[in-house]
Amino acid sequence: MAKAKFAGGIHPEYMKESTSSLDIVQMPPPQKVVIPMQQHIGAPCELVTEVKKIEKGAEVKVGQKIGDHEGFVSSPIHSSVSGTVTDIGLYNHPMGTKVTAVTIESDGRDEWDENIKPQGDLNDLSAEEIRKIAREAGIVGLGGATFPAHVKLSPPSDKPIDVVIINGAECEPYLTADHRVMLEKSEEIVYGLKAMIKALGAEKGIIGVEDNKPDALQSMEELVSEEENITVCPLNTKYPQGAEKMLIYAATGRKVPPGALPLEVGVVNHNVGTSVALSEAIREGKPLIERVLTVTGAAVNKPSNLKVRIGTLASDVIDFSGGLNESLHKLIMGGPMMGLAQPGADVPIIKGTSGILALTADDAYLIESSPCIRCSKCVSACPVQLLPTSIAQASEHGDYKRAEKLYALDCFECGCCSYVCPSKIPLVQWIRIGKAEIMNRKRK
Amino acid sequence: MIKIYEKLIVSSSPHIRSNESVQSIMLDVLIALFPAALMAVLLFGYRALITMVLAVGTAMIVEALWLRKRDVFSDGSAAVTGLLLAMTLPAAAPWWLTVVGSASAIIIGKQVFGGIGYNIFNPALVGRAILVVSWGGHMAGDIWPSPQPFAFGADVSAVTGATVLSVPEKAVMLSLPEMFIGNMAGCLGETSGLALLIGGIWLVYKGHIDLRIPVGFIGTIFLLGLVLGGGFYGNHLMTGLFHVLAGGVMLGAIYMATDLVTTPVTPNGRLIFGIGCGLITMAVRFWGTYPEGVTYAILIMNAFTPIIDNFTIPQRFGEVNESA
Repeated sequence: MAKAKFAGGIHPEYMKESTSSLDIVQMPPPQKVVIPMQQHIGAPCELVTEVKKIEKGAEVKVGQKIGDHEGFVSSPIHSSVSGTVTDIGLYNHPMGTKVTAVTIESDGRDEWDENIKPQGDLNDLSAEEIRKIAREAGIVGLGGATFPAHVKLSPPSDKPIDVVIINGAECEPYLTADHRVMLEKSEEIVYGLKAMIKALGAEKGIIGVEDNKPDALQSMEELVSEEENITVCPLNTKYPQGAEKMLIYAATGRKVPPGALPLEVGVVNHNVGTSVALSEAIREGKPLIERVLTVTGAAVNKPSNLKVRIGTLASDVIDFSGGLNESLHKLIMGGPMMGLAQPGADVPIIKGTSGILALTADDAYLIESSPCIRCSKCVSACPVQLLPTSIAQASEHGDYKRAEKLYALDCFECGCCSYVCPSKIPLVQWIRIGKAEIMNRKRK
Repeated sequence: MIKIYEKLIVSSSPHIRSNESVQSIMLDVLIALFPAALMAVLLFGYRALITMVLAVGTAMIVEALWLRKRDVFSDGSAAVTGLLLAMTLPAAAPWWLTVVGSASAIIIGKQVFGGIGYNIFNPALVGRAILVVSWGGHMAGDIWPSPQPFAFGADVSAVTGATVLSVPEKAVMLSLPEMFIGNMAGCLGETSGLALLIGGIWLVYKGHIDLRIPVGFIGTIFLLGLVLGGGFYGNHLMTGLFHVLAGGVMLGAIYMATDLVTTPVTPNGRLIFGIGCGLITMAVRFWGTYPEGVTYAILIMNAFTPIIDNFTIPQRFGEVNESA
């Protein structure tokens, strides 16, 4: 059982029923992909110039590296189709900005790069080799944070890691991609976890799953029953259970100090999808060119769990999912708590896209806020025990010193405060503004 | 296909919100006050009903006029203020006293500060405080109507009595269970600890009040009553309970000291707030010139709310206390 329950959090309606029992469907490679050079936390990739230069008119194959950066905190990017580069330039990014992206028209042959081959047996691979495989395969955190996996697998030597946690909480409402992965790719998850344990020299692995997914819990438990050092940990169903610090606390009872990384407490965690990606990178040599995501929401005609190529336009994914109906009012990349609302569907799926959520007017409307009545519900809901209303107020008044003193930088923007606010104040939005301003001033 | 994207809303996450609103919270508070209001009518008859209707009506109309709004109920906070004020009035209150108190509560207690969310002091108690200092004769606790249970049409002003706090010797004539049910002289809503407790449980269940405040408040009253009371009951435990059930402690601790706007937002701050209310109440009861101190205890602690909040910023998740 879970070691500890974190304080705070919320219980939104989970809305997972429409897709939680649907098998993952492979979407055929689209005619065109648009692959942004920034899909991870860290330095943006630069176009590959050696061997095969990536430029307009260049021929590429599936899995061929098209972007890379020499910085340690970065992750290479690969072509997800075979075909011709037709454009290189700024393109819509789910973050709401425009980012350099490579547009590739598919030749329909889906030819894979000839260099892609199995990387050998896990028993024969060294920790360093596993890290290199993770890096070269462009694996980043697929839960949404997109932190390069190889960086997490390379802790400083004075910070020994004893536990690797696989995050199968999937606490965001609506999303069921990780749930399906745990049912359909459980063997790969365990394989990937073993590779991580080996790369980190850790003692044990824990797979954390929210207890609203009993079938996933059972499937994982059956698989690890023979394993000595891997356990499955049922987690309390409560948002944001999948947040790094909350998950580590639940699975190990350890609290990551403010501002610190999980490795401070000897823990590294990865999403279930990341684990599958690592397994495929080792056993097939396959780089991260596709991911599983959930297409759902009341405005989606045929909700589904799909495996799609990175760079597929959201509009193509939506069409494959039977299109949207007229009641569409909001289109979100990701879940309803932390996802990003999009101004249109002309935006590519990136490595961190866990879902496409199309909401109707029932859920999507502009809310007018009224003055704070100091009910303190945001204080009770905050999983890191901040005072959201006070930080938001300081930020609204431009008093960033006070916002910082109230620990604005410890907010990880889960959105619980905004969710519970009876005055409908966009608290987390104000806190985000405060955080950005505090960071700006620090840089000066 | 493209057309449907034209009306997309782009806003910051989260994209879903709970159904709770200021109005729904205020409705819950009104529901919570229903048992106490019912008991007021059962004990003090039709005059209690008139006072409550008058206070609620005045509060809502005055607020709507002040804000030039047609929606008289609006977020429901004015109705709550009006009803809470009525709860603190004697059953024989003349109509103008109720109207003046209710209008003062809304205007001086709340709207001059900028309306809901901005007032420093509990509006209903501001209204009451103004009445106490202006028309002490009507508000003093020594000539208040005695309850006439189930005599709805009776003229309550005919039979008056003193509250147990103004003439403590009378208290010995009342049993504690009788006090708990509310069969004693007092304000409309303060006498029945039982009815107040039922509403309080509902508010805790709905998550609208933090137990720290009423527990801190009532706990302090009980402990001080136990220690300082010495006991005209000849029993310290009974004396402690007497101080909890007498006067406005239950009403104040459950409904006034838990007022959202005017109390601290931090968990420790709320406990300090409750304890502070208890200390001041007992100080007034034992050493002050007024028989009862709940009103002023809460108002004084309201003034300390920002400071309390500032000194009780909670420890963050994972933070280690240096001194520990």
